[in-house]
Parts: sequence; C-alpha cells; structure tokens
Amino acid sequence: MAGTDEQEAAFYAIVDSDGRIEPRDAMPEAYRKTLIRQMAQHAHSEIIGMQPEGNWISRAPSLRRKAILLAKVQDEAGHGLYLYAAAETLGVSRDHLLELLHTHQQKYSSIFNYPTLTWADVGAIGWLVDGAAITNQVPLTRCSYGPYARAMVRICKEESFHQRQGFEALLTLTRGSARQKAMAQDALDRWWYPSLAMFGPPDRESTHSDQSMRWGIKRFGNDELRQRFVDMTAPQADVLGLTIPDPDLRWNDERGHYDFTQPDFDELFRVISGDGPCNRQRMEHRVAAHTEGAWVREAAAAYAAKRAKRAEAAA
Amino acid sequence: MSEQSQLVEYALRLGDDALVLAQRLGEWVARAPELEEDVAMANVALDLLGQARALLTYAGEVEGAGRDEDALAYWRDDRDFRNALLVEAPGGDFAVTTARQLVFAAYQYELYERLRSSADQTLAAIAGKAVKEVHYHRDHATQWVLRLGDGTEESHRRMRAGLDTVWPYVDELFDADDLTAALSAGTAPIAVDPAELRDPWQAYVGAVLAEAGLEPPDDVPARRGGRQGLHTEHLGHLLAELQHLHRSHPGATW
Repeated sequence: MAGTDEQEAAFYAIVDSDGRIEPRDAMPEAYRKTLIRQMAQHAHSEIIGMQPEGNWISRAPSLRRKAILLAKVQDEAGHGLYLYAAAETLGVSRDHLLELLHTHQQKYSSIFNYPTLTWADVGAIGWLVDGAAITNQVPLTRCSYGPYARAMVRICKEESFHQRQGFEALLTLTRGSARQKAMAQDALDRWWYPSLAMFGPPDRESTHSDQSMRWGIKRFGNDELRQRFVDMTAPQADVLGLTIPDPDLRWNDERGHYDFTQPDFDELFRVISGDGPCNRQRMEHRVAAHTEGAWVREAAAAYAAKRAKRAEAAA
Repeated sequence: MSEQSQLVEYALRLGDDALVLAQRLGEWVARAPELEEDVAMANVALDLLGQARALLTYAGEVEGAGRDEDALAYWRDDRDFRNALLVEAPGGDFAVTTARQLVFAAYQYELYERLRSSADQTLAAIAGKAVKEVHYHRDHATQWVLRLGDGTEESHRRMRAGLDTVWPYVDELFDADDLTAALSAGTAPIAVDPAELRDPWQAYVGAVLAEAGLEPPDDVPARRGGRQGLHTEHLGHLLAELQHLHRSHPGATW
C-alpha cells in the first residue's frame, strides 16, 4: 500500500467488519507478503503431498482403491492449481513461486517429509493428515483475503471427503485379518505425532500468529486447533479399534477436552530445517520432474507464440 | 470356443488394454511437466481404469466362475493377459507417452464409436459411456502432438523419436483373427472388426501428424502377440508391481 492513512483506515475497516479484501483493494505490503508466503506454502504442500500418496497408486490392493487414490491425488494437483492461481492475484507468478520452492526459499508442510511405508499409510494420511489439514483450513474459509477464502471453501469440501475415505480405508483394515490390523496400528503409531506437529509450535513460540490474527488471516491459535483435532480424532480411533500411541491420552471432564502428550517440537524444527526422513527425496523428485519437463513447457510456449504470430499475419 | 468364452476373451482384450495403460499413465502423476498435466494424466488414467473395471467385471460375469474385477486383474499371470503390446511399453519421455496416447486414443475412439451398436447390450453401454471420455483423451493427445511437433527443434526431434518408439505396435491394434471374425459376423454383431478401424484411424492420425509437421514412420517391422498372451518383458514387471500387495494377502478385503 502506498501507505496513506486513509487507505490503511479503509483496509482495517474491511478487516474489522469481517469483510473481504479483494485483489484491487489497497493492502499493507506486509499483509500481501504474508499472504503470498502462506498461500505459496499451502500450494507447495499440495503438490509435494502428491508424492507420498502417489507412491501407492501402482500398488493399490484393489482396483476400487486404485481409482479412489488416483482421484485423490488428482484433487491435490487441482488444489495446488487453485492456490497458485489465488496467489497470482497478489501479483506473483506460479513459475516464480515454484522457483522459490525449488531453491529452498519457501517451504511446504513438514508432514510430507515422512515416508509411506505400507498401504495403511495411505489411509492414515487421509484420516490424520487430511483431518489435521481440515481443522487448520476450515477457519481459512473466513480468511480476510477473498480469493484465498473462496479457494478454501472448495478445497475443504474435497478434503473432508478425503478424510472420510481415509477413515473408511483404515476401518476396512481393522476389520480384516490380523496382519491388516497390525498394519493399521503401525501406521497410526508412526503418523500420530507428526500429525499433531502439523499445527505448528505452541502459541508462545509461534512467530507469525499475532499479526495474522490482527489481519483476519488466522482465526485460532495453534494450541486451540491442536486440541480440537485431538478431541475429534480420539473417539474415531476407538471406533477403529486402534490405540493412539500416547499413554497419557484421556478425557478430562473438568476441562471438557482430552489431555494428551504434545509432539516433539524439536523434531518438528529439525524436519522443517531439512533434516527429516524424506526432505531430500521429495525435493529431488520435484526438481527432477520440473527439469525434465522444461523442454515440454518451452515447446508449448513456442507453439503458442507461433500460432499468435500466424493469427496476426492472417488478420 | 463357445460364444460365451469368445465374449469373455473379447471383453478381456478391451479391459486389459485399458487396465495396463491406466497403470502406465498413473506413473506420470506427481512427475508431469506441469501441474495441469498431472491433473490430465490422472484424469485419463481414471477414465481408463473405470473402463477396465466395467469390462473385467463383465468378463467375470459372463464366464460365470465367480471371478470379479480384482480376481481378473490381480490373479492372472502375464501369459493370461490379452492387452496389445502398445500399452505395456514403458512410458518413456513425455513425447513417447504423447505418441502412444494419440495412437491409442484414436484407435479406441473408432472402436467404441462402433461398439455402441453392439448386439451385446452391456458392451454397447460401456462403449457409449467410454466414447465420450476417449473423445477428450484423443483431443488432449492431439493438442500435445501439435505443440511438440510444431514447438521447438528439440520437441520436434523428441516427438519424431516418440513416434518411432510406438510405431512397431500400431499394426497389432488392427489385427483381425478367428475370435473377432466370429463375433463381428452376421447382422447383429457383438464385436467390431478391428481391421475396419484402420482407415478412419489413419485419416485422423495422418491429419494430426501433417498439421504438426510430422510424418508417420514407414517400413517399421510390426511387433505383435499380446492378444495371444505373448508379451514383451515389460508386462511382467508392470504386473509384479500392480499385483504384489494384493497377492501378499490372499483372501483379504480392502
């Protein structure tokens, strides 16, 4: 924003009355930058998130599961597309954002740096990871930036479907053979704490939270959302007949919430800073796909330019 | 061969083509040249998988031995698969995949367009739904052949190489044999005679290649054998990956 007091007052009037900021509205430069960073990180998470699940497309154990998984991974590519497009309304290009991802200047959700070792991991990602994502994202449907809020409405509908299919895939395993049930428990054991860590550090250590709250980008604190996720998920684990790997998890009547053990935030910071099981693999895969596809994108651009030239000559 | 087993065999040919190509296209997901193509590849793969499921389910029903789509997809060995060799070859680079998509979608379009009037109502219904999907697949492949053929020097070179890679597998698609002769005879045929698809296919593909500044490779020795279960070495690896988890848990429900 050019920074006139009038423009700033207009911006806060919209935010404070729970209205929506649209691309042509004046906005503080820091607000614009924060949104670009957050939307890009979200978009990057969608496309990197295609890898751990895509890992099982070729091996899905039935044709029905293969179709469901293909459709799900396709949805994620679609979410990436909406989110990059929404970020583009703030004056950055998708190419530029991908460049920032590929050169480690922007991040993606740390959860996708964990490996999918068995088929049950596909179910666990749907149930836990998508469940945590929805808990984080539903409030974003009321985010102060209009294009982001609208993209999130559609994304949340699809994520909610993904979460149910993940739960249903696990339920089928837990009602199956002893080996299938053990596979499901093992997946829960590995994905539980990384899923809790998806809500970020405790509020007292969170760097961006206060400003984002003031701007109507963030509505709830990390701790509150994490609690909400545990309260939603613990009874679902009972239905599945699986044990959440936390001996201290129990309902607290007085608080009206579950008590639970916090994830290892040191591990979260290690993974965020690049030292997770799959960080290098995920980025190498992404960069290789992009690099190997360069000649295709160049051809498409050259062809479009030739056509435009011919159309011009014919006109 | 009884008419019943002929019908089973025919449905397996069509279904295996779709299943094996869906498996190959799925390999592109999360590694396509751009995000739109991740979506498109997954979409085409899903359509083909849907066709495969309908066709294998029907083959199992007609056979009447209690085999469902999964029994047929996961418990047959490569010698029992009936797909054409074209669909089992590795995807190669994006030009090889694009060349195969054009060849196959143009073939499948002509096939399903005619199979809609099959005397077999199930096949006619499957074809009626599939032809709309395949129309899109053919268009998608066409757009990419034009871009790559008439894009940069490199894309033109790669597109030519892609055509060279897939061309040996073209003739097999149009091979008629005793089975297709029996099922496509008479006034109310069940099957389409593959040989009659060749001319309309040629007309379509020839026009696209010409517009893209490409030529169909000539004098390429044809490779065939898929319809008899004589495959390339690639199919065994593809099936090993597709089948291993399912086979590791016999009798399990997923």
